[in-house]
Amino acid sequence: MKNIWKKHGVLERRSILLTVAILLVVSVGGLVEIAPLFYLESTIEKVKGVRPYTPLELAGRDIYIREGCYNCHSQMIRPLRDEVERYGHYSLAAESMYDHPFQWGSKRTGPDLARVGGKYSDDWHRDHLIDPRSVVPESVMPPYAFLSGRELELKDVQAKLAAMTKVGVPYTQDMIDNAKADLMTQADPFSPARDLKGRYGDAVLQRDFDGDPARLTEMDALIAYMQMLGTLVDFSTYQAEAPENLR
Amino acid sequence: MNHSITEPDRAPLDAVLLYVFTGLLALGAIFATAFSDDRLFRFHGYLLIGAFTLAFALLTVALSSDRLRSPQGRYADGVIRAGVIATMFWAVVGLLVGVVIAAQLSWPNLLYFPEHGWLNFGRLRPLHTSGVIFAFGGNALIATSFYVVQRTSKARLAGGVWPWFVFWGYQLFIVLAATGYLAGITQSREYAEPEWYVDLWLTVVWVAYLLVFLGTLWKRKEPHIYVANWFYLAFIVTIALLHVINNLAMPVGALHHRSYSLFAGVQDALTQWWYGHNAVGFFLTAGFLGMMYYFVPKRAERPVYSYRLSIVHFWSLIFIYIWAGPHHLHYTALPQWAQTLGMTFSIMLWMPSWGGMINGLMTLSGAWDKLRTDPVIRMMVVAIAFYGMSTFEGPLMSIRAVNSLSHYTDWTIGHVHSGALGWVGFISFGAMYCMVPWLWKKDRLYSNQLVEWHFWIATTGILLYICAMWVSGIMEGLMWREYTSQGFLANAFVETVAAKHVENVIRMLGGLMYLSGALIMSYNLWRTVRLPSPVSAAATPAPALIPAE
Repeated sequence: MKNIWKKHGVLERRSILLTVAILLVVSVGGLVEIAPLFYLESTIEKVKGVRPYTPLELAGRDIYIREGCYNCHSQMIRPLRDEVERYGHYSLAAESMYDHPFQWGSKRTGPDLARVGGKYSDDWHRDHLIDPRSVVPESVMPPYAFLSGRELELKDVQAKLAAMTKVGVPYTQDMIDNAKADLMTQADPFSPARDLKGRYGDAVLQRDFDGDPARLTEMDALIAYMQMLGTLVDFSTYQAEAPENLR
Repeated sequence: MNHSITEPDRAPLDAVLLYVFTGLLALGAIFATAFSDDRLFRFHGYLLIGAFTLAFALLTVALSSDRLRSPQGRYADGVIRAGVIATMFWAVVGLLVGVVIAAQLSWPNLLYFPEHGWLNFGRLRPLHTSGVIFAFGGNALIATSFYVVQRTSKARLAGGVWPWFVFWGYQLFIVLAATGYLAGITQSREYAEPEWYVDLWLTVVWVAYLLVFLGTLWKRKEPHIYVANWFYLAFIVTIALLHVINNLAMPVGALHHRSYSLFAGVQDALTQWWYGHNAVGFFLTAGFLGMMYYFVPKRAERPVYSYRLSIVHFWSLIFIYIWAGPHHLHYTALPQWAQTLGMTFSIMLWMPSWGGMINGLMTLSGAWDKLRTDPVIRMMVVAIAFYGMSTFEGPLMSIRAVNSLSHYTDWTIGHVHSGALGWVGFISFGAMYCMVPWLWKKDRLYSNQLVEWHFWIATTGILLYICAMWVSGIMEGLMWREYTSQGFLANAFVETVAAKHVENVIRMLGGLMYLSGALIMSYNLWRTVRLPSPVSAAATPAPALIPAE
């Protein structure tokens, strides 16, 4: 035993050796826990319906991130009875497979939003975002009235999709080239939606989200994003208890 | 050429290097700002141009008037004095923002402004967390590590003017991060919100910090590296590793503020919480343990309790901490094997944590009477007690069954604050109270009575804060899962929000008390600096070094 303490003296006399030893010791845990997630096939379930965000939804998601919504709202329903009854089917890994970065959150100062899509009307969302306490008197949420007044910035839409492809989101060249057109089409109920739906699927919501058809605002984008959250997977056909889906 | 004549006139190499580097950065910032069509990127561009040209101008003056020499016979204390001032400044700012956002949750009708999104909770909360962790905690760590490494190595800081680069570069990082949050520039990774170019800048500063620290160790005149420096070193290198990997991202454009993380979904979540938990483990624990290992024995005038315990708890702490991240993701879509591993190691972590606590507390053997007479020692001992308490609570909350109740609730917020206010805050305050008279060559603090006031007000504030959060956290967790006798959920979500109002107010009061303590401290330190110096410089005892064993 005495020898071990003596040997430790070697580390105490050599700073580079000590630095290398520290690096080796702290690398183990991360390598064992994180690295396998990238190659174990069972990490992400195989489900139908999950697709990359449309350009409008992606713009809305960027606003969600910019405003720090993740500080108070989780997007991760746990497989506990009360959560499943309150929010819907528990969240699957596949549902956030295109989320760069993930938005699971860590705190519920407000309710979980993983399946908020379709639960409330666009009007409700708009009123609630403009003045949360006008529809939920006990709410402590900040107001986001300024979103209705701000035109949505369009100039970097294409660059955003292109950056997403570089981190592995399967946007096609067709999607990137038409990003701006798709974005405007989705917020305009009178534009032909054939191309947009051809690229992103028939379920894509196309309407004027903020109730102000004259303008394309940040409110349009944020509501479009929230109205699709958690709606992609068809849970009437998903077999949660099937062996391949148990992890 | 006659060397004996030209040598004294030659500008010091380290300063010239920094001068050229700053000039290049200023040029780079000007070009990047000029060519960017992204409004938010340009906003930070202007800020960088201002910072780098100002630094360049100041360096020009300093170089031409030959002020940048580093006398090797003396410790470099100027940068540490600046660090103490920055620590106290950011402490007040970070705590104040915390009080503001606590008040917003208590009185949302009064403290939100519909047309001013930058004052909303979502933008201010990262300002608070980064403000207290990185601005207050980070400055305290850099300042104390510079102090400790010089004294325990009996050598001046390496790198000449580069420690000043570390100091000012770090302040620039803080300003970029803080203004970014207010402007809406964020990656949404908790405690790693700054965007890619700010991350790159911090990486440069951090490498300089590591080199200054290591360079000082290389110059040491003591054969052994003192235990406090192991912890500081582990903090510096591990934070570098975590920072770089967690912030891997693809910018939308080379001159665009926004980036998308390299990983997605479940892999991204575990990478982030591997980072997030070890920001706690290495920034808020290992670094501050380094502080404890120098300032507690020094102030108590007793040797560290057990050399062997420090070895055992050092290696086990840094080995086990890294595994604990998945406990932030219990019951999520993270595979269960990873959750179980994270839980197991989190429970094991209890032992090395308490090893550190015991080593710190037992250092007072034979000096316990000082708790009565020296409020600074008392503050540091209470810090260690809070460390012990929150490192017991942590493993408890990492058990999956407990976590199913505590996760997503205020209980987590309370847990974090018992560690942050109790441990990190108090050990830093203790170190600052020790260092200010030493650095400014005074024989005492201005007022021990004010330290008493600080101690009691802040301690009461912490207790109010954490008790309120225990109550509200456990209450909301139970309300979420409460069923009526007919088998329906008993509460709408918003009822749990309304139920927490009183606790939110108490939390705000607790925070306000803690902030008041920091203000009292700032006043006390300022008056200490302004005390007349003892008549003879020799009257100040030279800081005696503590051997490693």
